[in-house]
Amino acid sequence: MNLNDIQRVAEEENEFQRAYKYRINVCCSSGCVPFGAFKVLKAFEDAVKEFGVENICKVARTGCVGTCSVGPAVLVDPGEYLYQSVTPENVREIVQSHIVSGVPVKKYLYVNESYFRKQQRLVLRNAGKIDPTRIQDYISTGGYFALAKCLLIMTPQGVIQEIVSSGLRGRGGAGFPVGQKWSLVARASNTPKYIVANLDEGDPGVFANRTLAEADPHAIIEGMIIAGYAIGAQKGYVYIRSEYPLAIEALQKAIAQAKEINLLGDNILGTQHKFDLELRFGAGAFVAGEETAILMSVEGRRAQPRPRPPYPANQGLWNNPTLIQNVESLANAPFIILNGGTWFKSFGLPNCTGTKCFSLTGEINNPGLIEVPMGITLREIIYDIGGGIPNGKKFKAVLVGGPSGGCLPESVLEAQIDYDSLKSVGAIMGSGGIVVLNEDSCMVDTARYFTDFCIEESCGKCTPCRAGLARVKEIFDKITTGEGELNNIDILEEASEYIINASLCGLGQTAPNPILTTLRYFREEYLEHIVNKKCKAGVCFRHENGGGK
Amino acid sequence: MTTNDIRRTRLEKVLKNHNYQESALLEILHSAQGIYGYLDRNLLMDIAGSLNLPPSHVYGVTTFYSFFKMRKPGQHIITACLGTACYVKGVEQIVVAIEKEFNLKRGGSTADGKLSLLCTRCIGACAMAPVVVLDDQVIGKATKELVIEKIRNVLEGVKDESE
Repeated sequence: MNLNDIQRVAEEENEFQRAYKYRINVCCSSGCVPFGAFKVLKAFEDAVKEFGVENICKVARTGCVGTCSVGPAVLVDPGEYLYQSVTPENVREIVQSHIVSGVPVKKYLYVNESYFRKQQRLVLRNAGKIDPTRIQDYISTGGYFALAKCLLIMTPQGVIQEIVSSGLRGRGGAGFPVGQKWSLVARASNTPKYIVANLDEGDPGVFANRTLAEADPHAIIEGMIIAGYAIGAQKGYVYIRSEYPLAIEALQKAIAQAKEINLLGDNILGTQHKFDLELRFGAGAFVAGEETAILMSVEGRRAQPRPRPPYPANQGLWNNPTLIQNVESLANAPFIILNGGTWFKSFGLPNCTGTKCFSLTGEINNPGLIEVPMGITLREIIYDIGGGIPNGKKFKAVLVGGPSGGCLPESVLEAQIDYDSLKSVGAIMGSGGIVVLNEDSCMVDTARYFTDFCIEESCGKCTPCRAGLARVKEIFDKITTGEGELNNIDILEEASEYIINASLCGLGQTAPNPILTTLRYFREEYLEHIVNKKCKAGVCFRHENGGGK
Repeated sequence: MTTNDIRRTRLEKVLKNHNYQESALLEILHSAQGIYGYLDRNLLMDIAGSLNLPPSHVYGVTTFYSFFKMRKPGQHIITACLGTACYVKGVEQIVVAIEKEFNLKRGGSTADGKLSLLCTRCIGACAMAPVVVLDDQVIGKATKELVIEKIRNVLEGVKDESE
């Protein structure tokens, strides 16, 4: 396959799609499938036949539309009419009214403009619109044209330059400039070089990467081939959680399709460039998302981090130069190449460009998957997009950045979403989880919960992380059962400092964040537990009152 | 051929597909668990021998990753998600209710081996929290009443089949 072939596929597919007046997109993402999305898909396919409209209406299986709380979600084009909580029973009515008579069924429509108004969908531009199981769908939206541009017109150096000029920073959490990382690996002299795409989304409460893989797997693959060309790697691995069967299936299918038309393999698009891709499955170890641990795991070993330097850019997989990049960062590459780094800079903030995907969950009216421009405030996310707190309850805190993120109170909701602002208030970007808590949550218990998580997930290599967190847990157990003492708070702070300073990897270095932020913003709750033996939220002291969440 | 022979033949095929390479250990363990249901010591010794790895290495890798099970699971498995969103939405109460109702502990099975209760960290269906998974069925926005009823139905289904 060469550039002309790709153009032909795109034209044919566009013509094919234009033949249909309507397109019904049924979200078949992990959020909607448990609510019967596949049954709804089948019901639509049957209904368009029954009403004899299959020639003017295409029924498509797509990825996530974003409104995960009202699944199965169905998007009808033209006009982007979004139906919520569709059941096989009301499918006939929708087809009869909307497709046959041209009148949308108002009572089933999702009416919540603010949910989408403040979002900006770049990475997720295809999510919910294309069928992830058909490579033609991706190509028809301009897919693989960026790859063609790289291979046929640009030099590897030019590709890296474009990424550098876009200002794109790593979306896995730490925010290292992507272009700089690419040029480090490109400059390394050893060969072969490797790429590892990180889809080990182990943070509880986060499903942004999974949704991307389910909705638009080819965007990840195209990004990887482009990165391979830029840094001189011919082999890539996608390290994915085994708990994500739909995403695995989507990627496996997409890889097979790309191989079939020679977008993976030798002589890609008729050029000298080679690139091969394999999936590697995680097995339930949170620490495997750390960049040196992921390498160990891909090599088939225990996912235990090692000291850096040497950095993976010089000594990664099997001691060869390796680019490790989160899948969201990689999926940014194709449209940066197509539209240019300067164009990309028009999104987000000057020093923090582009957008970020977040999963928005917890006690909030509109949970779901969102993509927002950098610079939006937490308040806008929670109240404008998320629709605030349900059941008349009061906002208490928001957890940003997963188990190693921070618990932030009302007073810092004006904080902007960018790496530095979040850091200054005690949180991290992390892999993109925002969990909202209401007044029924106890912040001491929340910190204990995250400590529990980090104890279980600590690999055990560094004593401060392994033993320090266990000691911290003992103190939490005391405080939450009424045996706390005033000096406990000092010990928590001191231990946190040791764990942060003396741990090797990100897990240990960030594990105390929830403790420190709850102590910083909700210290009075600790004091209440210790001095008054009281838990305002009614979560702790289970033995005393038999309560608890 | 006995069931075990058939399984061993399937495992051999997996090993061969991976060229007996040590770096494919995780993939091989995934497949082996898929074939046998769980990874017991003899199986791990077998895999170690086939890959020419020290048994301690294979054992170490297996126990490091929580996805790998070394004990025989129950006929039916209920998995509760203990991710942040589910925790915030009160999954703990559901777990306690299941433990009480079916007389088993998290991580363990009922005495008759029909039901196992596992806890996992986030299956990524957070918008539907709290979430539990019964065999392959994901139950979103779960309540303890709903979950207990579903488990009962499944367990009774087992009885019907065996009668």
